[in-house]
Amino acid sequence: MKVKHLLPLGIFIVLVVFLAIGLTLDPRKLPSTLIDKPAPDFTLTQLMDENKTISPGDLRGKVYLLNVWASWCVACRQEHPLLMELSKSGVIPIYGLNLKDVPQDGDPLDQPKRYNAKRFLSTLGNPYIISAYDEDGRVSIDYGVYGAPETFLIDKNGIIRHKHIGPLTGEALINEILPLAKKLEG
Amino acid sequence: MRLLILLLSVWFVSVSVYAGEAQPMAENPVIEARMLALSKELRCVVCQNESLAASQAALAQDLRQEIRDMMLDGMSDTQIVDFFVERYGDFVLYNPPLKPLNYVLWFGPAILLILGFIAVFFSVRKRRLADDAKLSTEDHRRAQELLGEGERKQ
Repeated sequence: MKVKHLLPLGIFIVLVVFLAIGLTLDPRKLPSTLIDKPAPDFTLTQLMDENKTISPGDLRGKVYLLNVWASWCVACRQEHPLLMELSKSGVIPIYGLNLKDVPQDGDPLDQPKRYNAKRFLSTLGNPYIISAYDEDGRVSIDYGVYGAPETFLIDKNGIIRHKHIGPLTGEALINEILPLAKKLEG
Repeated sequence: MRLLILLLSVWFVSVSVYAGEAQPMAENPVIEARMLALSKELRCVVCQNESLAASQAALAQDLRQEIRDMMLDGMSDTQIVDFFVERYGDFVLYNPPLKPLNYVLWFGPAILLILGFIAVFFSVRKRRLADDAKLSTEDHRRAQELLGEGERKQ
């Protein structure tokens, strides 16, 4: 057979390879531009105590996870048991960034702003050492968050080293996040 | 009847969804027009096939508000676009910058078109050469014979 006749087959195979690679990519996952950049600074009130604030500066010298969550976020409920387990193990401190957790349509009008978020933690457990309360979502925009949950791994110098988009999985923790955290811990 | 109720409820839902569309801020039409023009150039990161101007997502609404605020603070369009690229990467731009990483994106289609033209050119030329091939007298005689045979049978 002539080489010429193999050409369509060759093109077809190349096409299949490209499409197959395309199938394994998740177009919803954006490359994070914040990796290896300093975690954006903020000062927010703490979810559990509105008289206290928290900012990344307070956490210098620690390797920690910053988990963006909300009670209205279904996938956050999905990853929650894993966060609980992780916090019990004490391997790495977990801080929370509570995203726009205000009363939703259908909630009583006189319901306190933080009620939903607090109830979430009191019923399902609180894996966070402290959760920051990002009421209007401004801080989350600075972190490039486009869908909760998202989890950032931040090093001792306040540099973002890893970002996990979507619910945490045991696989991602064991294969990527925890080994990297251990390395950063030094 | 059931169908009617279903249709009505669908209609109600769509009406209420429509009502949630971004309300233009009438207080400052200049900023609003600038914001809309700019947000058409930006991709909504939640629903990625929509522009920031068209998207109904909560994040898109917040981001539009962010653009308004930045414009009120006197930031230029370029500065605001930089703000977005810093957070979400070139991906948010519907008109991505011309840099080595994006060369395939920019020139790929043109290169494919040129390759296509080259392929067409060669195949047409080849066909023309084949058409020009002269028939030998032997071929003519055989063709005549076959044609004659067909006529006789009728």
